[in-house]
Amino acid sequence: MAVSEEDVRHVAALARLGLSQPQVTSLVGELNGILEHMEVLQQVDIAAASLHRDVTHGLRMREDVPNPIALHRAREDFAPSMRDGFFLVPRVSTHGAADSADDEGEG
Amino acid sequence: MSANMSNTLASSSKSRSVTDGYEMVIGLEVHCQLKTRTKLFSGSSAQFGDAPNANTDAVCLGLPGALPVLNRHAITLATRAALGLGCTVHEVSVFARKHYFYPDLPKGYQISQFDRPLATGGNVVIGTNADGSTKAIGITRVHVEEDAGKSVHDRFAGFSAIDLNRAGTPLIEIVSEPDIRSASEAGLYLRELKQIIEYTDVSDASMEEGSLRVDVNISARLVGQVELGTRTEIKNLNSFSGVERSIELEFARQCGVLRAGGVIEQRTMLWDGHKGEVRPARAKEGSHDYRYFPDPDLPPLVLSPEWIEAQRSGLTELPAARRTRFVTQYGLSNHDVEQLTSTVSLADRFEAVTTASGNAKRAANWMLGVVLAAVKLQGGDVTSHAVSVERLGALIKLEESGAVSNTAAKQIFAILENEDAEPGVIAEREGLLQVCDDSALVAWINEVLAELPEEAARFLGGEKKLQGVLVGAVMKKSKGSADPKKVNQLLGTRLG
Amino acid sequence: MSDESLLSRSVADVAADIASGRLSREAALDASMQAFAARNAGPAGLNAVLYTDADGARDALASMSFDASNAAGVHSASATGAMPLAGIPVAIKDNIATLSMPTSCGSKILHGYVSPFEATVIARLRAAGAVIPMKTNMDEFAMGSSTENSAYGVTKHPLDHTRVPGGSSGGSAAVVAAGVTRIALGSETGGSVRQPAAFCGIVGVKPTYGRVSRHGLVAFASSLDQVGVFGQTVDDAALGLQVIAGADALDSTSVDVPVSDYRAARNSEGAQPLAGVVIGRPVEYFPDSLDSRMRTLLDRSADHLRALGAEIRDVSLPHTSLAIPVYYIVAPAEASSNLARFDGVRYGLRVEGDGLRGMYEATRSQGFGPEVTRRILLGTYVLSAGYYDAYYKRAMAVRQLIAADFAKVFASGVHVLLTPTTPTTAFVAGSKKDPYEMYMSDIFTATANLAGVPAMSQPIGRIDGLPVGGQLLASHFDEAMMFRVAYSLERALGAEAHT
Repeated sequence: MAVSEEDVRHVAALARLGLSQPQVTSLVGELNGILEHMEVLQQVDIAAASLHRDVTHGLRMREDVPNPIALHRAREDFAPSMRDGFFLVPRVSTHGAADSADDEGEG
Repeated sequence: MSANMSNTLASSSKSRSVTDGYEMVIGLEVHCQLKTRTKLFSGSSAQFGDAPNANTDAVCLGLPGALPVLNRHAITLATRAALGLGCTVHEVSVFARKHYFYPDLPKGYQISQFDRPLATGGNVVIGTNADGSTKAIGITRVHVEEDAGKSVHDRFAGFSAIDLNRAGTPLIEIVSEPDIRSASEAGLYLRELKQIIEYTDVSDASMEEGSLRVDVNISARLVGQVELGTRTEIKNLNSFSGVERSIELEFARQCGVLRAGGVIEQRTMLWDGHKGEVRPARAKEGSHDYRYFPDPDLPPLVLSPEWIEAQRSGLTELPAARRTRFVTQYGLSNHDVEQLTSTVSLADRFEAVTTASGNAKRAANWMLGVVLAAVKLQGGDVTSHAVSVERLGALIKLEESGAVSNTAAKQIFAILENEDAEPGVIAEREGLLQVCDDSALVAWINEVLAELPEEAARFLGGEKKLQGVLVGAVMKKSKGSADPKKVNQLLGTRLG
Repeated sequence: MSDESLLSRSVADVAADIASGRLSREAALDASMQAFAARNAGPAGLNAVLYTDADGARDALASMSFDASNAAGVHSASATGAMPLAGIPVAIKDNIATLSMPTSCGSKILHGYVSPFEATVIARLRAAGAVIPMKTNMDEFAMGSSTENSAYGVTKHPLDHTRVPGGSSGGSAAVVAAGVTRIALGSETGGSVRQPAAFCGIVGVKPTYGRVSRHGLVAFASSLDQVGVFGQTVDDAALGLQVIAGADALDSTSVDVPVSDYRAARNSEGAQPLAGVVIGRPVEYFPDSLDSRMRTLLDRSADHLRALGAEIRDVSLPHTSLAIPVYYIVAPAEASSNLARFDGVRYGLRVEGDGLRGMYEATRSQGFGPEVTRRILLGTYVLSAGYYDAYYKRAMAVRQLIAADFAKVFASGVHVLLTPTTPTTAFVAGSKKDPYEMYMSDIFTATANLAGVPAMSQPIGRIDGLPVGGQLLASHFDEAMMFRVAYSLERALGAEAHT
């Protein structure tokens, strides 16, 4: 399962990482070098492994009582861009869709 | 974009023939906002309408180091809804991360459930088939997930403004099987679903307010064809009628494409309620790769069978069961039962009034007539209406005994809305008790016969149809206090 | 006036003296700040410390009440008193949220970011009387084994400035090894406390997964991450863990198991303090390729343990060799997800680009360094459609086999395992160019994270003047047994541990 340059570009797009051509070239080699060592896993007999997670310590829940984690600094102190209480981002170009994920198609 | 995709269909009037020979296959995805005080994974308030980002803490903002902690009440509500929809609630379910980048999704992933949802395999009965069997729509799954925030695009030039108050509020997603075959079936399914959600008190379930959201998956195929056609998804729907209308338009569009030998492109369509159009979303449906995997911050959710059973036995009587019972127990018409069971509060009030009055039919008439009209006029809920169950019961009894006429009873009801007193006492005080005393009635009759000699002569000559006029005149003279039955009786004797 | 000799006394003793008023409440802090300057631990020297806040620590001390009622939240089962860390300065790794100093995770993307909330471990340290005067350097987002991957420069090994202190918690290890503080917090994902502890010749503990709250620990790989403790001695580390251990309502993966007394065995004298204790030596951790001098040091330790009454037994953990391949699928996969939140929208670095998409890509490509970029890509790849089953799902299955190896050995009556912590001593900075070669530094440590068991490293001798770590591993939540063996070994080795 060798990683191609196209794979690296696809994955970089999914991860929103802008890569230069030299970076892509170098990463193809590095990822293949790493993944080569993972191939050993394909030979392992995993029949004995249960694919479901251990449920001995099931999920602890909290009561439906307002108890936010207090913020000791104003949002304006750490936000890169805020106005009137909103976080600002460059305008989303395709915003007709109700499903936010549709912006995935952009670019 | 293919040429046929850019067309919008504003009318289906000429498309009736286009759809001939095709059937639609529809599955619905419904999101309901759960009625909790706090968010699904944080103690931030889930209240709406506050200043932007006021209800966000470290978890909602996705701050580095913040971790999710599950809201128990959200799981209780989701379980209740799932049981109300006839689903099997699983003892072990798993939260998973669904990844995509969008500014109103703070962590870069949504915590949802993927391959091990809370509940699976339910159904919703929407009516009866021609052969008498029930028509049910299968429920594939019910899962719990967190909502995203809101992006406001028109507030600041050149920027989108992000408000994360809604981010992290709890939702259930209810996915139906592709069992729906018409727009009206979709409407029936949604109305029944909404009623179940309301009965189980899980969500406000208002499409207009966004607490119930519907996405439509729709494809067309030739009648008799087994394999499914390529589906499109309709989003941005904000009313049940919009759902029905958009389905008709999209079905017609797909049929038109297929009939012309075209191919349906799998993509997202948007409903425009103002223009009454379905049009393709501008962004092309990319090959989403959400990279789901079990959320390592959240161990599997484990619910004991005892707990699940306790939720089941705590469920309120569901709408379908209640309707059936109302028909058999009270002998009411289907039409009246539909209306009486439209909300839990109305159905509960009706049953209480029935108990108080001892007469289900009269109680039904009062509830659906006078009471609902009064509630509508005042606003608010039937539960908080000023005329108590006890007073209304007593009033109905008074009416049934003949002590007051229906007209008088309505007058008494109007008084009761402002004054809490015994209906009988009011009737007496206001002179609304019916006069049954023969001598008083005979005196009124004699007066009327004298005042209306022409009608009197014709009536006494055998024109029975004039009896009504004379009774009306007597009633008027008595200011409504005469017992019309008795008046009729006495007039009848004059005919010999 | 500060007295640096305080730093040669155990934390427990100094804290007791401060709590009782025999020492001034600033005594330990002053000693540490003086040592910080003398050892040149800041950016111009070792570059072990990124941020200091001596004034804030002093203010905290001034307003502190060494009163039992203040100790709420400390899950201390030992007789350490109400304020077991009274006046003790603790250095904190830069990926643990603090209010008074930045939490930048050694990354440019969080440059200058000061968390608006603090980690549970910090709250517990403060409740126990500790102060937080410095944040330490680390590999960016804890991805690395040498502290060469920090956006804020390489941390130097205190004993040999040409070498690395290990990583990713290299700054915390160097601070303790250099004698600036006696205790420091680090974090572990695959060995990031034990490996630098071994390289630097100090004690480093990774508790059971779920033993310590992760609330406020910036996530690298959530199913593997645990806050860990560095100590100059076993007792320092045990005391530090005692204070921070315990379930936390803010971390769903923390586990509500009672915290035992980790220091119970600190004074157990007697000839055979380890009678009845079975110590396993997993053969897979002693390959033929292991440096013979390292083998000799481990044999020496085993001999001591045997002399103290322990039974030494050879055991097998057959899936050990698969740990690195599994680890380097699971950890990057979770990291790719955990690091998606760094998008320039709500906090941290923002670099404008072409529209929203351009802003995302510019921010993330300029904000993350090469190793983080590599792991995000690797992790995204193994989770992506078509590869999930072959990589992530399979790796999680093999992970269970690795965990089952441990369960089987512990079920067979073995109490503690003894292994080398690392295959080599501290290496020369810049010497590991191939990513996978660097990853192999974790070969003996990543197993404990994958299985969730507690493990620790303590100094057991030196090779060419460089420290060697011996690793002890125990079964889930049996830190007390691990410490019991560690105390005995430390006492038996005495000065040999550092020669």
